Amino acid sequence: MTSPVLAAAASEGSEGWWSGVAYPIIPHPGEIIIGLIAFSILYVVMAKFVVPRFEQTFEERREAIEGGMEKAERAQAEAERTLAEYKQQLAEAREEAGRIREEARAQGAQILEEMRQRAESEAQRVTESAQRQIASERQQAMLSLRGEVGGLATELASRIVGESLADEARQSRVVDRFLEDLERGERESMPLGGTGGGSHPVGDPDAGGGVLGFLKRGRS
Amino acid sequence: MSPLALVASGSFEPPSAYDFWHPLVGDGPFALTRPMILIAFSVLVLAVFFLVTSNRRAMVPGKLQFAAEGVYGFVRNGVALDILGRREFRPYVPMLFTMFTLILVNNVFGIIPFIQYPTFSRIAFPIALTLIVFVVYHAIGIRRRGLGGYFKSLMPAGVPIILAPLVYLLELATYFITRPLTLALRLFANMFAGHMMLLVFALGGEYLLLHTDSVVLQAASIGSFLMFILMTFFELLVQALQAYVFVLLAAFYIAGSLEDAH
Repeated sequence: MTSPVLAAAASEGSEGWWSGVAYPIIPHPGEIIIGLIAFSILYVVMAKFVVPRFEQTFEERREAIEGGMEKAERAQAEAERTLAEYKQQLAEAREEAGRIREEARAQGAQILEEMRQRAESEAQRVTESAQRQIASERQQAMLSLRGEVGGLATELASRIVGESLADEARQSRVVDRFLEDLERGERESMPLGGTGGGSHPVGDPDAGGGVLGFLKRGRS
Repeated sequence: MSPLALVASGSFEPPSAYDFWHPLVGDGPFALTRPMILIAFSVLVLAVFFLVTSNRRAMVPGKLQFAAEGVYGFVRNGVALDILGRREFRPYVPMLFTMFTLILVNNVFGIIPFIQYPTFSRIAFPIALTLIVFVVYHAIGIRRRGLGGYFKSLMPAGVPIILAPLVYLLELATYFITRPLTLALRLFANMFAGHMMLLVFALGGEYLLLHTDSVVLQAASIGSFLMFILMTFFELLVQALQAYVFVLLAAFYIAGSLEDAH
């Protein structure tokens, strides 16, 4: 296209300044018009189709992202809520278990205590009744002994002495004195019944057999 | 362009403004020229590309859709939204987007093989776009304030009364002469000079290699071609930058007219 400058300048008078060497800043009128038309066409395409579509795409994408984020947040919240629930339930269950264990322990201790008390009271009762029985038996034995021993001793004495001791009062006095001497000599700690042993019925058949042995042991 | 001329003359003929005059049909003021075809071609390419990529509307974009959305998002958010503000940027997005893509593609034509012609190195095209920006920002101002109110609003506040006439004249010159002139000239001059530089290195290298007898000079042509390649990449940077600067300034001028108080 580059033809010599002189040739270009000389060739055609129809050439304007826009084409000349010296004036590159003189616009070519046809090019201005084409430039405006080109811009207008592209503008219409962009404004009518391209820009709205892009805007719609951006909007949809923004919504999708926001929706997704919202969904994720919801799921997260749900998960946290469930976790908290589980934790609470777990804590409750633990507490419940502890409580039950504590209760059972307390109950066991109580049962044990009750049993022990019952056993103790039972034992005490048994002991007491045994003691009572022993005491009463001993008392009984003592009384019957006293009468029998008195009778025997009196008879023995009257035989030996030859003296009749028919008189009740005197007889009783003698017996008592004898017994007191006996007690003082051997078994002072053993309390015995009061006076007037002779007035009680004598001759318990059970006690009768052991009286002599008892006396013998006491003597020796 | 044609080495035949150089051979004929025998001495190196540097590239000139004449290399930008490519009439195809006719030769007058309304001749069909090569840049006309190129800008029409760019409109076709841009329209098809963006119609196709914007029509997919996939939630997860593919590579092409991603690139198209990236360019759109750059102009929409990086220029329109930032400068015009959230409230009023929407109506001006199509215009700024159209200008940006149109300038970018036509600039890049300068380094695309077989095209190798930056359309905007013909000053008529920057003037056409500047004309639109000029009309738009004045129209916005006049529509907002009325004709009288608009001319009153050009006066900056707080100027001493003595200086007021001078300042007002300067402001008028800024709004009606400096702004459109610089907007058009910046784009034109960058493209013109850049392309001229590429021509110098290409034609110079060719001349050194093919039309000199000295081996030293022929070897020097390697440097010239290397510079040509280097400058090509540099041109790509300038081409993209100028497209951005043009829409950035257009948005600034529009924002000035949108402002409530001056």
